[in-house]
Amino acid sequence: MSEQYKVSVSPHVRDSITTSKIMLYVIIALMPATIFGIINFGAHALLIVCVSIASAVASEYCYEKLLKKPITTNDLSAVVTGLLIGLNMPPQIAWWIPVVGSVFAIIVIKQLYGGIGQNFMNPALGARCFLLIAFSGQMTTYAAGDKFANLADFVQGEFTSHAAGALDALSGATPLAYLKQGYDFNLGALFAGNVTGVIGETSALCLLVGGIFLLIMKIIDWKIPVIYLGSFGVLVLITAAVRGYSNPCLYMLEELCAGGIMLGAWFMATDYVTSPITYNGQIIYAVFLGVMTWLFRMVGSGSEGVSYAIILGNVITPMIEHYTRPRAFGIAKEKKQKKEAGAS
Amino acid sequence: MKKLKKDSPIERIWNGIFVENPVFVLVLGMCPTLATTTSAMNAIGMGLSTTVVLALSNLLIALLRKIIPDRMRMPAYIVVIASFVTMVDFLMEGFTPDLYKVLGIYIPLIVVNCIIMGRAEAYAGKKPVVASFFDGLGMGLGFTLALFLLGSIREIIGAGTWLGMKITPSGYVPVNIFVLAPGAFLVCGFLVAIMNKLKIGAGRRPKSEWDPTEKICGDCFSCMKFGVCDKKPEGTETAAQTIAKSKGTVAEAVAKPAAGAGATAVKAAGTPAGAEASAAAAGAGTEKKEAES
Repeated sequence: MSEQYKVSVSPHVRDSITTSKIMLYVIIALMPATIFGIINFGAHALLIVCVSIASAVASEYCYEKLLKKPITTNDLSAVVTGLLIGLNMPPQIAWWIPVVGSVFAIIVIKQLYGGIGQNFMNPALGARCFLLIAFSGQMTTYAAGDKFANLADFVQGEFTSHAAGALDALSGATPLAYLKQGYDFNLGALFAGNVTGVIGETSALCLLVGGIFLLIMKIIDWKIPVIYLGSFGVLVLITAAVRGYSNPCLYMLEELCAGGIMLGAWFMATDYVTSPITYNGQIIYAVFLGVMTWLFRMVGSGSEGVSYAIILGNVITPMIEHYTRPRAFGIAKEKKQKKEAGAS
Repeated sequence: MKKLKKDSPIERIWNGIFVENPVFVLVLGMCPTLATTTSAMNAIGMGLSTTVVLALSNLLIALLRKIIPDRMRMPAYIVVIASFVTMVDFLMEGFTPDLYKVLGIYIPLIVVNCIIMGRAEAYAGKKPVVASFFDGLGMGLGFTLALFLLGSIREIIGAGTWLGMKITPSGYVPVNIFVLAPGAFLVCGFLVAIMNKLKIGAGRRPKSEWDPTEKICGDCFSCMKFGVCDKKPEGTETAAQTIAKSKGTVAEAVAKPAAGAGATAVKAAGTPAGAEASAAAAGAGTEKKEAES
């Protein structure tokens, strides 16, 4: 028998894209934001990013070596996890905190659930939430040298005449905290990114460039990030209008550029493993993320909530997939079957 | 280890601490386990008060097991348990007010702790008095040890102290999350995993559920192959038939033999016994018709 009669199981048509290639594209897409963060925050930021990546890869290697499993460090997924953890750290944090985060992400969230493709939530985000609860003081201190000492200088005015509290009370806070209080923060600074925040989240421009690169390379689908940002934006617009802010559109744009929503929407919510694969499921998931982020940011007491929103989305993903499973070809719709049963 | 005599005091205590540890093996009483183990001291307090209630209520229930009517056993057990819990509650309020304040609602809630109800139902309601008392004692000690372990780990990692004393080096930054709720779940999960490793061992991994070569099926209704496979379950009809019947397509096929049986019964109607049989068959037939319509 010649080769052409070989019998095999589907899939028969294979793409040249592999896990390591996808991960490499994600790393390339994250590079603008990483480089900008390092330039913005200095050498310590570089150290943090490097330590995160190294500890993530090392813990994956050690775990798989110890348990005599196939070593999967070559697929670069641990590098992406480490890079994302590094980008989620405040720039002046102690070096060992991202190490704890990386070990937690790789071992507890990824490997204990079965390794790549089996984790129930995004490892980097899980680690971020773990660290946020474990070291809440260090994780929310953004005071970063002289450069950002006067964040209040970026405040251009007020959206509402009764903005709560004096500006002095907010020193060392993030732009989001100002927005929450009803101050008009400089949109240009938020978009370009020379403000405080975690290393990778400040520049909406760099993240947008990376996200569009992923879209063009067809690594991610447009639905999750666009619908997520869109639903969040619409809700913020309505809130701002209801609260009587002077310029709701500007307020919405500033909310979209500030904080971790760009990083989350393009790079974390789109994680293949923890987002739905069905068409309708992705739309439901994205809207859910938008609503949850809006709830955390506008209704809740804190000013940021992207990571918790995405983790909640990750957790309900199996349920979304269960209810949005597409109809298999050749099988009648549920309703029709019921009708036939009734007729007979 | 030498095999212990069944229901002997030492066997019961060993059973409660290791073989059937209420937290790590039976996974009972998770609410106080997770909520009160923020420190080793709280864990000991909770564990010991539960032990007292468990041992005494087991003792009393075993004493009364022949008097309590079977259908009234639940309310009776609750009354016994609740009276002991009330005693422990007042005693703790009087003698250990600090611990009482920390544990708060979890002391009265011992009444509804499922370990106590579980042991009363599974053991004390059936077994002799001494064995029941030691069963309660063993279970309580197992619970206390588990809580103490959980509380110690959480306190050392999460606060850097043990039983209130600082034992970590000065540079240690406490990992807050371990004193909070997520830490309880994390530590408990790891401890259960270690316990399973100790009990089951590496060489005896349970088989995966989906094993096509498996010969003994067990319960058809929770089987993944239900409806596809044609093996006969414990009842008389095959799984495929059961499915078809539930859809109503083979209702006729099932009705036919019943009608046949009715006909034979009518033939034999000469004797009184036959008449009865025919009446029964006719009854069955009408039932079937009703089911069809």
